[in-house]
Amino acid sequence: MNIVPILVAHARAAYPHRAAVPTTLADRPDATVVRLGDTVVKAHAPGTDPTHLARRLDTAAELPGVLLPPLTPAAENLHGRPVTYWPYGTPVDPTAPAAAPWEAVATLLARLHRCAPHSALPPMRGPAKAARAITRLRAALRTAPHPAARPVLDAWAALPAWARAETPMPTPQAVCHGDLHLGQVVRHPAPDGPWRLIDVDDLGLGVPAWDLARPAAWYACGLLPPDDWTRFLAAYRRAGGPAVPAHGDPWAALDVPARALSAQTAALAITRALAADRPLDGIERAVVDACARMPAP
Amino acid sequence: MQCPKCHAPMRTYNRSGVRIEQCGGCRGIFLDYGELEALTQLESQWSKPAPPAPPAAPQGYPAPSAPAWGGSTRKPPGRRPGGFLLCGRYWD
Repeated sequence: MNIVPILVAHARAAYPHRAAVPTTLADRPDATVVRLGDTVVKAHAPGTDPTHLARRLDTAAELPGVLLPPLTPAAENLHGRPVTYWPYGTPVDPTAPAAAPWEAVATLLARLHRCAPHSALPPMRGPAKAARAITRLRAALRTAPHPAARPVLDAWAALPAWARAETPMPTPQAVCHGDLHLGQVVRHPAPDGPWRLIDVDDLGLGVPAWDLARPAAWYACGLLPPDDWTRFLAAYRRAGGPAVPAHGDPWAALDVPARALSAQTAALAITRALAADRPLDGIERAVVDACARMPAP
Repeated sequence: MQCPKCHAPMRTYNRSGVRIEQCGGCRGIFLDYGELEALTQLESQWSKPAPPAPPAAPQGYPAPSAPAWGGSTRKPPGRRPGGFLLCGRYWD
């Protein structure tokens, strides 16, 4: 079933004065996002836990200085998928990576991590998503082997159980975004309002270093320039973020999440390369190479 | 010290206990007596791929710390560094 036209019709009914031409911002199995003028409507993944999503939406509504607040307090149900409404915000300019708002993202994360959690906030889903990527890789390998898979699976096996979503995450925990990357910040009001974090689907209580781990992993894999990493980390520390010590080596806290996210990224890359019958690109190979250098199980 | 080839200043890096001088200009590497043997010996102790050359730190600034499994900073081919971070293909 193509959810996009159904979503557009639903949004038009909810906001009849919106005359804009719909634009599909994302259409993946886990999320379909359509923009209608200054409104964005999102169909969440089938099987989304409605109670967990409700607590996540509450958090977004309660922290408007950090997270983009939803337009409506609760999700609607559309053919079994929860649907939420959001104001449109301007994303990071993909043609200007040098202008990426590393300081702003780091400051927002530090603020989020310092928040008192909403009661009954579910766990942050970072480790669960990494585990899902590994499960998908294993499934793809049953049809076709891939020479890059071994170091990735070994790197995964060497991680502690919590990072593989086999046990609860250790304490101290904080409110975490759970899936931080540069596609998860927008300026609101568009086009030049302050930056806000979006996409609460993976938000929850967990190890806050997980939110720093994607940039950390890109840096460790040799893909993010040291300057960008330094800007990000320094801004997080200036804002009093609790995920890493205020001074000294941050890697005692970052190492496990950065290894997990590298394994996740590499697993997704190999799975996609197998499905498309194409070789890994230079970035994907760099992440696999980093997995090969990680400690053995 | 200065690079014998292009005369740019060289910086000292410590890789697995071996001190290596790398030129900030042409990125050439200078090894003292015995250091090549020390590196070869280290390599033979590792069955896994060794970390590549020292990071291309911005001139005059020390590189931020990185984990032992970290690699060198390289420009992704055909892309501006960091540009890939905006490509959803690597996240979703």
